[in-house]
Amino acid sequence: MTPLVLTHYTAVNALGRGNAAVFDALAGARSGLVPCSFENVQLETWVGEVAGLDDAQVIERLAEFDCRNNRLAQLALEQDGFAQTVLAAREKYGARRIAAILGTSTSGILETEHAYQQRDPQTGALPAGFRFATTHNLYASSDFVRRYLGLEGPAAMVSTACSSSAKVFASAARLMALGLCDAAVVGGVDSLCRNTLYGFASLDLVGREPCRPCDAQRGGISIGEAAGFALLERPEAAATHSGVALLGYGESSDAYHMSTPHPEGEGAALAMRRALASAGLEPGAIDYINMHGTASQVNDSMEDKAISAVFGTRTPCSSTKGWTGHALGAAGITEAVIAALCIGHGFMPGCLNARAIDPSFTSKVLLANRQGRVERVLSNSFGFGGSNASLIFGAVT
Amino acid sequence: MSRGGRMIEAYIDGIGIFMPGLIGWEQASKVLAGQEAYVAADPPKLAPALLPADVRRRTTEHIRLAVEVGTEAVRNAQADASALWSVFASSESDGAITHNICEEVAKAKPEVSPTRFHNSVNNAPAGYWCMAVQSRAPSTSLAGFDASFGVGLLEAVAQVNAENQGVLLVAHDTPLPEPLHSVRPMSAIAGVALVLAPTRGARSLARVTLAIEPQVRGFSRLADAGLDGLRTGNPAARALPLLAAIARRARDTLLLPYVHSQGLRIETGPA
Repeated sequence: MTPLVLTHYTAVNALGRGNAAVFDALAGARSGLVPCSFENVQLETWVGEVAGLDDAQVIERLAEFDCRNNRLAQLALEQDGFAQTVLAAREKYGARRIAAILGTSTSGILETEHAYQQRDPQTGALPAGFRFATTHNLYASSDFVRRYLGLEGPAAMVSTACSSSAKVFASAARLMALGLCDAAVVGGVDSLCRNTLYGFASLDLVGREPCRPCDAQRGGISIGEAAGFALLERPEAAATHSGVALLGYGESSDAYHMSTPHPEGEGAALAMRRALASAGLEPGAIDYINMHGTASQVNDSMEDKAISAVFGTRTPCSSTKGWTGHALGAAGITEAVIAALCIGHGFMPGCLNARAIDPSFTSKVLLANRQGRVERVLSNSFGFGGSNASLIFGAVT
Repeated sequence: MSRGGRMIEAYIDGIGIFMPGLIGWEQASKVLAGQEAYVAADPPKLAPALLPADVRRRTTEHIRLAVEVGTEAVRNAQADASALWSVFASSESDGAITHNICEEVAKAKPEVSPTRFHNSVNNAPAGYWCMAVQSRAPSTSLAGFDASFGVGLLEAVAQVNAENQGVLLVAHDTPLPEPLHSVRPMSAIAGVALVLAPTRGARSLARVTLAIEPQVRGFSRLADAGLDGLRTGNPAARALPLLAAIARRARDTLLLPYVHSQGLRIETGPA
């Protein structure tokens, strides 16, 4: 693909609001995970919760969209001057020439969960005033972001579980390559809810302690919530940019199992190879790999095999889920932003919370943070249903 | 070609359809061409042969609907299912599962079924499809409320053009159970699948070009009141005016819903 610059990007997650807060926590090895006290959920686990969402509200003119998921989306739009950057692009290209392609896994399902707690005991009806289309409906947060930013270009909500907000980069890159838009807001948002907490617990995938990616004793995932966005433009058209570009994308399907990845990571390896081919790069050109690394037994093991198969044993890799938790549909954009921060700061994170790397692993998993030149990063996102996406980001001048 | 209205094109090589009174392209195309009257009969039980019996038991109507229409479209196109990329478009995903899990997690001590939970991801139909046809090709699942078909079609045709790939598009929605039905009513089950190709082939039925049309006042409709009611009763059935034009082998310009007040302008004609 022809590289596309990230004009600007931002993120909100358990580490804080905006790029500086996220990077400071990464560099300072401070996890955002806390014991789960979300609503009255009775699970012994840790979560990556974003502070302040209960008291936040979406802007008045979009009040009908008010819900945890859209509050989180708005919080991210307000960080780092991201919305202002998009408005400047809108002035330049026109609203119809800017796409909004976002990802989510569960959208605002928490609103429906609350409504189900308040059903009429006689009729079973949901409470009056429950708004479905603007909160829980899958497209609701794309609609909200598009209206917030006043965009009128191509739009979609991609929902492929935990690869959702990585795959948006591929969709947007195609639309731009075809001239269907001149810029694209990509990203995603997923927020804590009872569905995912109890659902992942039912599959025995939720850890009792803060998640320890790649640790021999890893005991499962810590669920997080997050939002993040990036504005993509053609390099020659961007007046200024972040110094980071999307260089390639690769997508694949496992065709193996609904909730278990292929044990040898064949689908994952295919996504990484396709990303390298899309970027026109050899494996040796990648300086650091941000793993999907959920801290589930099967994911980390298959991902290690897949990375070793594609890159051999010398490319540094790690998972940042020990900091943010697994933000599910927002994991892709969260880690895309982390990849950009790594390039900008010459920084490679370790695997926070991990004490000893699984001795069966053959890839070069970093236990501790390190400094060094980082020109190109590959970021992995893998989801239920065998949905795999790998993105490559690189430094540009 | 104006800068604001850039167009992309693809060939439609095969169609699958499953809606009340429109079961399979062979029968549905006669109704949509006006050669047979439309009778809105209850659709038969879905049991796609592509899914082995033990797998089928773990699936839901929503998943079986996608596999049913996908299978038919691929068969009609005589395409290699494992080589096609795929796009699945659904406004509400699996309402029966959403209802069940929301009911369960409203309890003090929820016990969510693990099978239901992994089937709850919006790409579950895509996952079952890729397993059934043994495809490791990229697959995307997306949503656009009432414009889900238009959003899916644009993504699929963008893939056809940008990746020079054959793509299977499946649009499907199943009515939600109460109490969700009251807040998001749908009148009927509807599934449609298209096999899209970058070049004209022996099986090509139609050639379509797409462009986004800002501020559309009225969308294309169907002459038959029953069919037009079906069109507005399910987001996937918004595809019907396109299918009717293909069934008539007509050259036509259609406006189907895209997001917000926008439309997808589709020029269609025989391949």
